[in-house]
Amino acid sequence: MDVTLLSRIQFATTIAFHYLYPPLSIGLGVVLVVMEGLYLKTGLPVYRQMTRFWVRVFGLTFALGVATGIVMEFEFGTNWAAYSRFVGDVFGSALAAEGIFAFFLESGFLALLLFGWDKVGPRLHFFATLMVCLGAHFSAIWIVVANSWMQTPAGFRIANHGLGPRAEVTDFWAMVFNPSTVERLTHTVVGAWQAGAFLVVSVSAYYLLKGKFEDFARRSLNVGLAFALVASLGSLASGHASAEGVGRNQPAKLAAMEAHFPASAPADLYVFGWVDETKQRVYGVAVPGMLSWMLHGDSKTPVPGLLAFTPENRPPVQIVFQAYHIMVAVGMGLIGLSIAGAFFAVRKHARPPKWLLRLLVLAVLGPQIANQAGWMTAEVGRQPWIVYGLMRTGEGVSRSVSAADVVFSLVLFTLIYALLFALFLFLLDSKIKHGPLAEDLAASPKRA
Amino acid sequence: MDIDLNTIWFLLVGTLLAGYAVLDGFDLGVGILHLFVRRDEERRIFINAIGPVWDGNEVWLVTGGGALFAAFPAVYAGVFSGFYPAMILLLVALIFRAVAIEFRSKQPMAWWRRTWDVSFSVASFLGSFLMGVAFGNVIRGIPLDAHGEYLGGLPALLNPYALLTGLTTVALFAMHGSIYLVLKTEGAIQDKVRGWVNDTIIAFVICYATTTMATLLYVPHMSEYFKTHPWTFALPVATMLAIANVPREIFHRREWRAFLSSCAAVFGLMGLVGAGMYPNLVRGTDPSTSLSVYNAASSEGTLRTMLLIAAIGIPLVLGYTVSIYWIFRGKVKLDSMSY
Repeated sequence: MDVTLLSRIQFATTIAFHYLYPPLSIGLGVVLVVMEGLYLKTGLPVYRQMTRFWVRVFGLTFALGVATGIVMEFEFGTNWAAYSRFVGDVFGSALAAEGIFAFFLESGFLALLLFGWDKVGPRLHFFATLMVCLGAHFSAIWIVVANSWMQTPAGFRIANHGLGPRAEVTDFWAMVFNPSTVERLTHTVVGAWQAGAFLVVSVSAYYLLKGKFEDFARRSLNVGLAFALVASLGSLASGHASAEGVGRNQPAKLAAMEAHFPASAPADLYVFGWVDETKQRVYGVAVPGMLSWMLHGDSKTPVPGLLAFTPENRPPVQIVFQAYHIMVAVGMGLIGLSIAGAFFAVRKHARPPKWLLRLLVLAVLGPQIANQAGWMTAEVGRQPWIVYGLMRTGEGVSRSVSAADVVFSLVLFTLIYALLFALFLFLLDSKIKHGPLAEDLAASPKRA
Repeated sequence: MDIDLNTIWFLLVGTLLAGYAVLDGFDLGVGILHLFVRRDEERRIFINAIGPVWDGNEVWLVTGGGALFAAFPAVYAGVFSGFYPAMILLLVALIFRAVAIEFRSKQPMAWWRRTWDVSFSVASFLGSFLMGVAFGNVIRGIPLDAHGEYLGGLPALLNPYALLTGLTTVALFAMHGSIYLVLKTEGAIQDKVRGWVNDTIIAFVICYATTTMATLLYVPHMSEYFKTHPWTFALPVATMLAIANVPREIFHRREWRAFLSSCAAVFGLMGLVGAGMYPNLVRGTDPSTSLSVYNAASSEGTLRTMLLIAAIGIPLVLGYTVSIYWIFRGKVKLDSMSY
C-alpha cells in the first residue's frame, strides 16, 4: 500500500476513535448544565447527586477526548505536510482559534467542575459547568469551520509563495462562514447532543430495569429523554438542510449518497439498497423521484448524477451510500424511540414498559453509529479531494514519510486505541454498576 | 531589532511554547519523579498535586501547535513530518500520560495502580526527553531541501548533541517538578521532596553546563546573536541567578518564591533558545535552507487577523490560568472527587 492510502487509513482510525468522546463531552455538558441548574433552582439533593454522578462520567470521556485529541492536532503536520503547507493560512488559523477560545476555557473551568465543589460556592460552580459546556461547543465550531472550508472553500485566493503555491485568506469571515459551515455545524452539534442525551437515557433505563436508584434514575431519564427528543428532531431538520447544501455545493457527493448514476435525470430516494458500481445500478427499495422532490419540490426535476463527473472526480459510491443510509435509518429510529419514551415520561403515573426500557438501554449505540456514519459520508464523499476542487488527497500527503513509517504508527495507534477503548468500557461499566454515591446527596461542607 | 509582524509571531509562538515549558514542565517533572515515592497515598498526592491543572497546562502545547500551524505552516509541516517516528512516540507518550492520570485511582487493585504509575512516569520521562531531542535538532540544524522537506532519517535525529538537550530537558523538568511538589505538599512527604530539590538542581546544572559548552563548541551560530547584541548576555546571567535563588528560598521556606524562581529560570532558558535562533525557526544544515520567520510564514493578512485573535484570546487565557491556580492554591487534600 502507498503512503497516501496508509495515511488515510490512519487518519480515519484515529479520528473515528477520537470522535467517540467529544460528542459525549458536548452532549453531557448540556446535561450537566440542566441538572446542576435544577439543583440550584429546586435545592433537591437528588439533583446534586445526579450532577456529581454525571460529572464523573464526563471526566472519564473528557480525559479520553484529550488523550486522543492531541494526536489530531499534530497529525496534519506528520502525515499531511503538503496539505498543511497549502492550507496553513486557513486551517491553521481555525485550529489556533480553537486552542485559544475553546480548549483553554474548557480545561480551566473543568478543574473547577471536577475538583472545585468545596473550593467555590454553588453559583460559581454552576458558572464553571456552563463555561465547560460552552468551551466544548466552541471547539465544535472551530473544527467544523475548518472542515467545512475543506468541503466548500471560500474567502481565499491561491498565491505563489517561496515554498510553493498555497491558499491565502482574503476574507476571514467569508472563510469562517463558508457556504456549508452553518448547516454542517448545526447538524454536528445536535448529533453530539444526541450522544450525550442517549447515554443518560441508557444508563437511567438500565437502573429502572434493575429496580435500582429509583428516584435518581427516573429524574435522569426525564432529563435525558427531553434532551434526546429535542436533539433528535433537530437532527432531522439540520440533516435535511445539510443534504440540500450538499446538493448545491457538492453534487458529486450527493449523487454518491443516493447512488444516482445518470448524468441528468430525476432522482429516487433509497430506503436501503446495494450498489453495483460496475453495472452502475442499485438493488433496493426506493421512493421514485423523491430526491428530486426534496431538493426542488418537483419529482420530475433532473438531478446531476455521477456520470456527469469524469471518473477521476467521482467519490467511492458504495461506502458513501451505505454510510449515509445507515445514518438516516439510525436517526429515524432514534426519533421514534425518543418520542415513545417522552410519551411515557409526560404521563405522571405511567412507567415505560420493559421492552421500551430495553430498547432505550441499547439506544446509547445509536448516536455513536450515526455520528460515525455521518462523518464517513461527509469525508469519503469529499474524495478524491482533500480540499474540494482545489487539492487532491494524494497531493496533500507528507513526502518525507515512508510507507514503513506509517505502517509502524498505524499498528501502534490501532493497538493502543483498542486497549484504551476496552479500558474505557471497563471503567464506564464499573462506574455504572457502582451507581450514584449516597454521600453526594449532602451539600458541600464549605461554601465560599 | 525591527519589530515586524513576523517577529511578533515569533515572540507569540515562543511565548506559548515557553508557557508550555513552564507549566507542563512541572507536571512532567512530577511524573518523572513519581516512582521515587512508593506508598499509594504519596503517589495519589503527587497526581492530585497536578490534578486540576495538568490538562490546562497541556493546552499550551496544543495551542502552540495550532499557532505554529497558523503562523508558520512550513515549520509545522516540515518538522512534524520530518521527525515522524519521534513525533509518533511523543504522541504515544502524551496519550499514555493523560490516561494514566485519569485511570490510575479508578480501581483499587495493586497491579492496576502499579501499571498506571509506571505508564505515567515512563511517559513523562519519554515525553520530556523527546521534546528536548526535537529542540536540540532544530537548534543544531537539520538537512532540509529547497521546499522545506526534511532529508535525514531517524538515526540522524539521535545525534549526541540532541541526546544531551533531551537529557537536559528531563533534568530541568525534574528540578521544576520537585520544587512544585514542595509547594503542594506538607509533613513527612514534603520533607522527602524538599531533599530532592538540591539533587535535581545539581543534576540540571551539570547537564546545563555540558550543553552550554557543547553549544559554544559545536553549534556556534547560537551565540551569534549574543555577540552582536552584548546586552542580551544579561539573559543567561539572570537565568543562572534564578536557579541559584531556588535553594535559598527553599531554605527559608518561601515556597512560592522558590517556585516562581524556577518558573523564571525555565522561561529564561526558552528565551535563550529563542534569542539564539532568531530569525530562524529551524536551522538548516545548509543555512540557506533554514526555515525563518519570513520564508516559513503565512500571508500577512493571516498574521494580522491572528494577531487580533491573540489579542482577544490571550488576556482571557491568562485570566483563567491565574484564577485556577489561585483557587487551587495551598496543599493537596485528598477527597472523594480526587484522582
